[in-house]
Amino acid sequence: MKDPVVAGAGVAASIAAPAERGRVSRLTRWLESEKLLATVLLVPGMAILLIFIAYPFVMALWYSLTSIRVGDPGEFVGIANFAKAWNDTVFQLAFKNTVFYTFWATVFKLALGMWLALLLNRSFRFKRIIRASMLLPFIIPTVLSAFAWRWMFDPTFSVMNWLLYHSGVITDRLPFLSDGDWALWCAVLVNTWRGMPFFAITLLAGLQTISPDLHEAAALDGANAWHRFWHVTWPLLLPVTLVVVVFSVIQTFSDFQLIYVLTGGGPANSTHLIATYAYQVGVASGLLGEGAALSLFMFPVLFGVVWFQLRFMKRMEGH
Amino acid sequence: MVIERKWKKWFVFYIPMAVFIVFTLFPFYWMAVTAVRPDGELYRTWRQASATPFWTLQPTLEHFEGLLRTTAFPHWLWNTMLIAMVSTLISLICGMFAGYALARLKFRGSEFLGTAIFVTYLVPQTLLFIPLADIIRDLHLGNTPWALMLTYPTFLIPFCTWLLMGYFKTIPKELEECARIDGATRFGAMVRIIFPVSIPGILSAGIFAFTLSWNEFIYALIFMSSAELKTVPVGVVSELIRGDIFFWGQLMAGALLGSIPVALVYSFFVEYYVTGLTGSVKG
Amino acid sequence: MANVTIRNLNKNYENGFHAVKDVNLEIRDKEFMVLVGPSGCGKTTTLRMVAGLEEITSGDIMIGKDVVNDLPPMDRNIAMVFQNYALYPHKSVYQNMAFGLQMRKYPKDEIDKRVREAADILGIQPLLERKPRQLSGGQRQRVAVGRAIVRHPEVFLFDEPLSNLDAQLRVQMRVELKRLHERLETTAIYVTHDQVEAMTLGDRVVVMKDGWVQQVGEPLELYEKPANRFVAGFIGSPAMNFVEVTISDSGGALWADAAGLRLKVPPQMVERVRAHTGKRATLGMRPEALHLASGSDHADFCFDTAVDVVEPLGNEILINFRAGGAAMVTRVDPSVRVKAHQNVRVALDPGRVHFFDETSGAAI
Repeated sequence: MKDPVVAGAGVAASIAAPAERGRVSRLTRWLESEKLLATVLLVPGMAILLIFIAYPFVMALWYSLTSIRVGDPGEFVGIANFAKAWNDTVFQLAFKNTVFYTFWATVFKLALGMWLALLLNRSFRFKRIIRASMLLPFIIPTVLSAFAWRWMFDPTFSVMNWLLYHSGVITDRLPFLSDGDWALWCAVLVNTWRGMPFFAITLLAGLQTISPDLHEAAALDGANAWHRFWHVTWPLLLPVTLVVVVFSVIQTFSDFQLIYVLTGGGPANSTHLIATYAYQVGVASGLLGEGAALSLFMFPVLFGVVWFQLRFMKRMEGH
Repeated sequence: MVIERKWKKWFVFYIPMAVFIVFTLFPFYWMAVTAVRPDGELYRTWRQASATPFWTLQPTLEHFEGLLRTTAFPHWLWNTMLIAMVSTLISLICGMFAGYALARLKFRGSEFLGTAIFVTYLVPQTLLFIPLADIIRDLHLGNTPWALMLTYPTFLIPFCTWLLMGYFKTIPKELEECARIDGATRFGAMVRIIFPVSIPGILSAGIFAFTLSWNEFIYALIFMSSAELKTVPVGVVSELIRGDIFFWGQLMAGALLGSIPVALVYSFFVEYYVTGLTGSVKG
Repeated sequence: MANVTIRNLNKNYENGFHAVKDVNLEIRDKEFMVLVGPSGCGKTTTLRMVAGLEEITSGDIMIGKDVVNDLPPMDRNIAMVFQNYALYPHKSVYQNMAFGLQMRKYPKDEIDKRVREAADILGIQPLLERKPRQLSGGQRQRVAVGRAIVRHPEVFLFDEPLSNLDAQLRVQMRVELKRLHERLETTAIYVTHDQVEAMTLGDRVVVMKDGWVQQVGEPLELYEKPANRFVAGFIGSPAMNFVEVTISDSGGALWADAAGLRLKVPPQMVERVRAHTGKRATLGMRPEALHLASGSDHADFCFDTAVDVVEPLGNEILINFRAGGAAMVTRVDPSVRVKAHQNVRVALDPGRVHFFDETSGAAI
């Protein structure tokens, strides 16, 4: 009854089983322990994060409490750096600017990004290539695209002034970057331009998970487009929206490169953000202690946002 | 009904979409036009009339020539490429290992570590650049590519770990269990089975990390001082502006050339990039 | 080829869940042993401990003469077929089957020979170059089995391998697995929640519940002599009928009483049931131990009831009714003509009655 093929295979088993237990080295055998393997796998990444994030963070705290400057270790000064910043009118303005910039840029990015996502969620010709090109502002290095904007805002050669003048909208040029208020709004515009695709594409991914049946059911119930958005799309998209907003707030609040290129904090320190001002004090002027203290003013806000995010994630896991 | 619908579609779709496209792409168009416009046409004030405001009839390569001849632009491009690739590679390897450990292995504190990595993911570069500059100097890394190759992973590793952890969790556990029964070690099952199966996720993380490194500015600005060693964004900012004078033609030529490699990488892997982007914010 | 011995095996999870409790099993060489039970009964955990995929909390597992408690899976000469097949999606069928041999550093021509033999046995030669995603469910199942048999392991482990297949294919694969085992004569441990699979495949069957082994035995032994009420109810379809009764002694005979039902305890049971006189017990009757009464049935083993639902299945008819406060079913010949709500007299085959202790559930 026994199959001859299998009987043959039984013989093969006895000739060709190489030394079963000696075939892997002692090191790999040692790594069969979950704890040891986990340790070995985590060490490289953790080492980099510890050396270049945790350690600098502790150092930043220490610097902020001393009068250290380039070439001078300084001494412990307590909270003098923070107190100085608190009373520094430029810093007060920079803080206000940061909040203003973060708030309006986030509002515009969310509103326009949502609108763009809804448009991209329809089916139309060339959809793939249009969707891909919409992400370009987010891909291209911010510094480089910010230069293009600065060129478009140039006081003398601005293409926008040219366009508005020759189409009769204005009679005198607009002071895009030469007036503090205008310049900050320009920065909000550029930040919106750069960050909107991130909102649009992430929200689009969220939109695509919403079953069209829901919209059809709502339409049969007599809801118009706005009602459908407000009662179906928006609530279902809320979790994604919150997460994207959190990420955007963190990035915008700590922004540096856009202002650095667009205005450099000027005119007359009127458009500094916390990060650019910290750079000016800490790096350009070499006052490391004061610069570190200025940076750390971002920390409570960022911490609050991250804490909110973690709480939110825990809650979502619960569902 | 149909006619009204078509008419309506113009207002709710075609016109807004066109405005979005123009708003999004015009700066790039302007960048390109400026880069090939002769200086004589370039510096025409906002009052002057122009027959061809939005294009040029005498395209020129003089700005590109000037850029390549008088500056270290090719070096910057090479530096940016090298640094982006090495830091992406480092981050991918660390992220694959750490992501696997957090997704699959049971050990005490894994949840805490996961949260900690997520928190470092949200730490912006601008919070720590001052002490970090001193650390780089103390480690004798200042003004070497390693300064950036080792610091870029600080924001790339958390991202890669987070993204890949999510990806690994979607792979059935039985695959590696089967590999272990088939005679592989835990490490071997990870390398021979889980990693190859995760190539789409790894590619997403890699593409996204690559664009992030290409984009980085503040660390490169502070850690690199020799003109030869700069990256494209920093080189364009610091070397193409002499005093108060902006060489707009060269600036835009540099911006264009500096954008093309990353745009090319992106265009080949759009879908992977989008997966990485949307995955980057998933809890 | 080897026997597998499991001694006082326990598994406690970190969250305090006690999944496997003091399991003792002796699986003989070349035996096909099936572990069956409802989900969460510890059968899969037991199998995974044999495979080395779960750590053992206490106890011993021996394959052949070796204690394998601390050996990683790669060092136990076993092969396993998973419920979702776990085929490596990036490897072809051939590479899937060759992987285990490559890991064990077999020479190339030996690997090739074995893969082709296994493919031959399972009839999957034409599929060798395909990727798993290009295969149907049944084909994937075959590849998963093929991957296990190329290794010529000492023990095969099966973790619900048929439950992802549709009903028809499952029956077909069941037969093929049985034939394959007869051919290969390798010790096998097979986990399933399906008692039909357990009965048809197993040389012996282990019934588990809540981490405890309830009974170990050959299929018919489990069917005819269930050790307790759980096994009696779990094995067999439709399930055994249970009635809660009180045992009483009257007129020199023992009687089992329930509302509207009075049955005499059959003589062969009297001695064992006597100790329960005056107490409650559970009376168990298989559907085929009941039939519609005819003149030859003794009145002591009959009761009257009304038909609730009739299920004609073609080869048999299931008649559902209520008696003694419980829903019951009987399996009768298709020639019997009954209608719903009809009054009938049901008779019991006195040789096929089971009594179970009210509190412990153990067979009396």
